[in-house]
Amino acid sequence: MDVFFFSLFAFIALICAINVVLQKHPISSALSLVGVMASLAVLYLMLGAEFVAMAQLIVYAGAIMVLFVFVIMLLNAGVEQHKGRSWVARLLGLPAFVALLGLLCYFVQRTFSGTGSVKFGDFTGGGALPIGAALFTDYLLPFEVTSVLILIAIVGAIVLARKEMD
Amino acid sequence: MEFLIITLVKLALITFVFMTALAYLQWVERKVIAHVQVRMGPSRVGPHGLLQPLADVIKLITKEGVLPPHVNTGYYLAAPFLAVFMALISISIIPFGTEINIPAFTVAGTTVGPIHTMMELANVNVGVLMILGVSGMGVYGIALAGWSSNNKYALLGGLRSSAQMISYELPMSLAIASPLLAAGTLSLRGIADSQAGYYLGFIPRWAIFQMPAPQILAFIIFMIAAFAETNRIPFDLPEAENELVAGFHVEYSSMTFAAFFMAEYANMVTVCSVGTLLFLGGWHPLWPASMGSNFVIPAILAGSGAICLYHGLNPARPFDRYTLPVFAAIFFGLAALMLYPPLVPVLTPLAWFLAKLAFLLFLFVWIRATLPRFRYDQLMSFAWKFLFPVALANLLITGFLVALVQ
Repeated sequence: MDVFFFSLFAFIALICAINVVLQKHPISSALSLVGVMASLAVLYLMLGAEFVAMAQLIVYAGAIMVLFVFVIMLLNAGVEQHKGRSWVARLLGLPAFVALLGLLCYFVQRTFSGTGSVKFGDFTGGGALPIGAALFTDYLLPFEVTSVLILIAIVGAIVLARKEMD
Repeated sequence: MEFLIITLVKLALITFVFMTALAYLQWVERKVIAHVQVRMGPSRVGPHGLLQPLADVIKLITKEGVLPPHVNTGYYLAAPFLAVFMALISISIIPFGTEINIPAFTVAGTTVGPIHTMMELANVNVGVLMILGVSGMGVYGIALAGWSSNNKYALLGGLRSSAQMISYELPMSLAIASPLLAAGTLSLRGIADSQAGYYLGFIPRWAIFQMPAPQILAFIIFMIAAFAETNRIPFDLPEAENELVAGFHVEYSSMTFAAFFMAEYANMVTVCSVGTLLFLGGWHPLWPASMGSNFVIPAILAGSGAICLYHGLNPARPFDRYTLPVFAAIFFGLAALMLYPPLVPVLTPLAWFLAKLAFLLFLFVWIRATLPRFRYDQLMSFAWKFLFPVALANLLITGFLVALVQ
């Protein structure tokens, strides 16, 4: 059952990810990205990371992608115009892709060679309580630094937006 | 296997009841608004217009679905179903009451074991987050409908809706977070259970009264944001008739049009259920059972039956002589059912939950009949400059008080 659902949602995630690149219309690409985020949330949920799954759904699929779609709709972006691909891209595209994939596989294999395969249902500490406890004890400094970083980003965004209004 | 069968039965039951309730919610809304405005409301189809929802459903199903030539067909057709889908998912994790225990019984020679089940489809231990996540996804239905219709009014409606839902999700999440601090869990059932019990033997420990930080302010903020999230008056800018014709669903007809209405009413029920569970103590009664709270709902039902019977015996209109006694019999029957001892532990919590839910839904209708619509800039500045800071301050004070007590 777990393997079936894993395969299903991994497949959906892959198809959606490929679709993001293949689609010509920005809205279609953005919605495919929503599909990727939602299937990722399901995969997190199956691995026992409930809080991360729901955060993925709320933050990425719910908030960030709604903003993407909103901006695309507001600018009323049409279908992309494709020019002919350059000969460099035609010649090197596939070999470069294969090389990248091979490198990724090699490094993943080398880094995680000692660990066994993941079993569904093994991990249960993915609720809000353990994550909150970890964030406010072991990882307090990174957490606070991240908040300051986000605050700086917000202030920066407001400064930029104000400049445009003058 | 037993789990599967029980779940399927519950699924069928909840779907049937919920769909019927959605259809009749519209009847209630029309009737209440009519009486607020001193009109009759629907009264032609069936006694007191009670068959009006059925007639509406038949009309909407059999009408021709017009597919305008200028729309983006795939998204145009997907949008209403996305909206309904997202609206209906949330109801699967709402607990309606405590638990059902059916002792073992024999059917056709085989013994069916004692059945013990909770009154919800799934108890998710991050239930509150799931509600927030799914309601956040619900905006895609409306935004896509507005965009794919290829119509300026629809596009404006869709844009307004997305902007409004993003803005009001913030104060709503902050208002939801405050009672969570006191409850210490994210499961909807756990939150409702944390509000059991009474202070001094009679003041309920509902979140809006709970020490050390009563959440009345958070409840008010939550309800205001809920109105905006469900696109209801006074925040129904996405479908403002006098500015946008009908907003995001201006190009929709027949079933696809009905789908948006269904999604709106389903969202209303979900958001009111969450409000009940988080702030009004779920199924816990207003005062303890030892002081007779089990008899309140049967008494209300019996009272309604008595009123119906009185008006049936002194009819104002000719057909009241036949319809009102039937209603009286139904009310008396329900009251008797609720007093039948084996059913009391199941029906009393359910009835209290439904009573609170009905009160909040009535609030929605009442406000629709009362308040005018906001202007768009007022809507945005209200969310960002008033609701958001107040919700944040409330969260801070709650966190401080909870930490102080522990």
